[in-house]
Amino acid sequence: MTSPLLAAEGVTLGYGQRAVVHDVDLAVRPGALTVLVGANASGKSTLVRGLARLLHPSSGRITLDGTDLHRLPTRQVARTLGILPQHPVAPEGIAVADLVAHGRYPHRSFFRGHRSDDDEVVAAALEATDTAELAGRRVDELSGGQRQRVWVAMALAQQPQILLLDEPTSALDVAHQVEVLDVLRAEVRRGTTVVLVIHDLTLAARYADELVVMAGGRVVARGEPVVTLTEDVVHTAFGVRARLLEDPDTGRPVVLPRSAGDRE
Amino acid sequence: MLTSGTSRAGAPEQARPSGAHPAVGLVVLVATLVLAVALSLAVGARGTSPLTALTALLDPAALGGPTSPDVVVIRELRVPRTVIGLLVGASLGVAGVVMQGVTRNPVADPGLLGVNAGAAFAVVLGLSLLGVTSVLGLAGLALLGALAAAGLIAAVAASARAGSSPALLVVAGAAVTAGLTSLTTLVLLGDPAALDRYRFWTVGSLTGRALDDALALTPVLAVGALVAVALARALDALALGDDVARGLGFRLPRTRAAAMAAVVLLCGTATAMAGPLVFVGLVGAHGARALVGGAHARLLPVAAMLGATLVLLADALGRVVTPPGELEVGIVVAAAGAPLLVGLVRSRRVAL
Repeated sequence: MTSPLLAAEGVTLGYGQRAVVHDVDLAVRPGALTVLVGANASGKSTLVRGLARLLHPSSGRITLDGTDLHRLPTRQVARTLGILPQHPVAPEGIAVADLVAHGRYPHRSFFRGHRSDDDEVVAAALEATDTAELAGRRVDELSGGQRQRVWVAMALAQQPQILLLDEPTSALDVAHQVEVLDVLRAEVRRGTTVVLVIHDLTLAARYADELVVMAGGRVVARGEPVVTLTEDVVHTAFGVRARLLEDPDTGRPVVLPRSAGDRE
Repeated sequence: MLTSGTSRAGAPEQARPSGAHPAVGLVVLVATLVLAVALSLAVGARGTSPLTALTALLDPAALGGPTSPDVVVIRELRVPRTVIGLLVGASLGVAGVVMQGVTRNPVADPGLLGVNAGAAFAVVLGLSLLGVTSVLGLAGLALLGALAAAGLIAAVAASARAGSSPALLVVAGAAVTAGLTSLTTLVLLGDPAALDRYRFWTVGSLTGRALDDALALTPVLAVGALVAVALARALDALALGDDVARGLGFRLPRTRAAAMAAVVLLCGTATAMAGPLVFVGLVGAHGARALVGGAHARLLPVAAMLGATLVLLADALGRVVTPPGELEVGIVVAAAGAPLLVGLVRSRRVAL
């Protein structure tokens, strides 16, 4: 099953009068893992919110298989498109399994509530994110890293064809970052399209099928990481000098930022 | 994984703040409500045993027929009071849950939506300018005032450029409430006669309200309650934050509008029936949350039972604390509600 094509067509997005993303065209490659990178305030999160129809473009449109996202029934969109926003907040006292089960909402009808296959999907999502043993715990008792993985589990339980995640690894140690990214890559292998924002350029290059580099609300480079991520691009996007090495195992670029005090 | 043994692998079981079996809690809840109903029927200036109360209801002839004092007191005075107390308390409890859910604020009170202030202002206008005196007339005015105030607040919140948000709703509610309250005071200061009657209405009382009038308003409560129940899932999702809820396919403007409608119907009608009762919605909803957690499908019925129990117990207590007079239920609820709320908050901190 190929997932539908999600695309931004000449999209300008912002808050109030202030535009943050300017006239962006971006077709998300179906069945691939796309990583958005860029400096703080470069418009990554805003673009993701636009793609997830949480933000209405002030011009241009976001389309799903050619149809304007804002014209499609909300519920149908929710079955196709999952979004894990930055810093989600869990209600006080909610149990992990209950939180993850919320992901099943778009698949339930009003009269036919919870079903046993919902339980299976929830259990699988917990398993995939290494949180199964936390199922009975309260979310507000968990560590930041555990909590983040529980939210990823909720997003997986939604079983979307396209999954958008805004910094899903920001509070995680390196082992759990890799773990979450491995989970997402496994989702991609099963046919899901995944778009995520992460800050670590080396990890981005390591996992991305498609790297999208943003600066000043525009896409400044995109493509396979090996080709896209250059020292010039890093300088353009982040204003920092960097040396790029080649990962001896994967051939992917490894980014070594240089500070002004480093000797060339 | 360094997690403790309290976890249960893969079991999508609900975490309940109280460790007890849910059925036990339900039985206790229902038993307390039944006890409150019995007290409401039996306690008063003319003390009657619950058995006498039951006899008066089922077999008035055994007590000397429909004109015997016990039968008259129970059937004509206490039954209407009890029925109205049940309806009002349950409505306020449900409204409190909806209000707290939609604002994501565990201490939100239905009064935040300006419902009480709007109802009070309309009643004052009716008393002072229109000369309305009938209970049903005032009730209708109260409901209209509640609707108008909530509509005004919704309009203010929706007109904001940044889009409607829970915080905006609360701020708009506070502003409109303050404005309406000052207008109410203005009218009352110029009209001592209206002030007298208003004072009686405003303390919240279950007496002097005819059962027929109350029952005429019951369908409005039913509609409000149905809307609240239909919103249960949306309120669950709303607790996860706007972005997550929208991502899951909920249309938040629609949810907020429906929630406000439910709160206005429930609170406006309850206020029309018994005057403005503060704390019932807050304590009922907060107590329910402490008992059954955050799932609204459980919160709503539990808060309804708690609200009803609270109002009935407060009313029964008010009949005996200041003999030979009575303390209005609104005063007792406020006096008892405050320490109850403090207790709830404290016990929750321990439970956390």
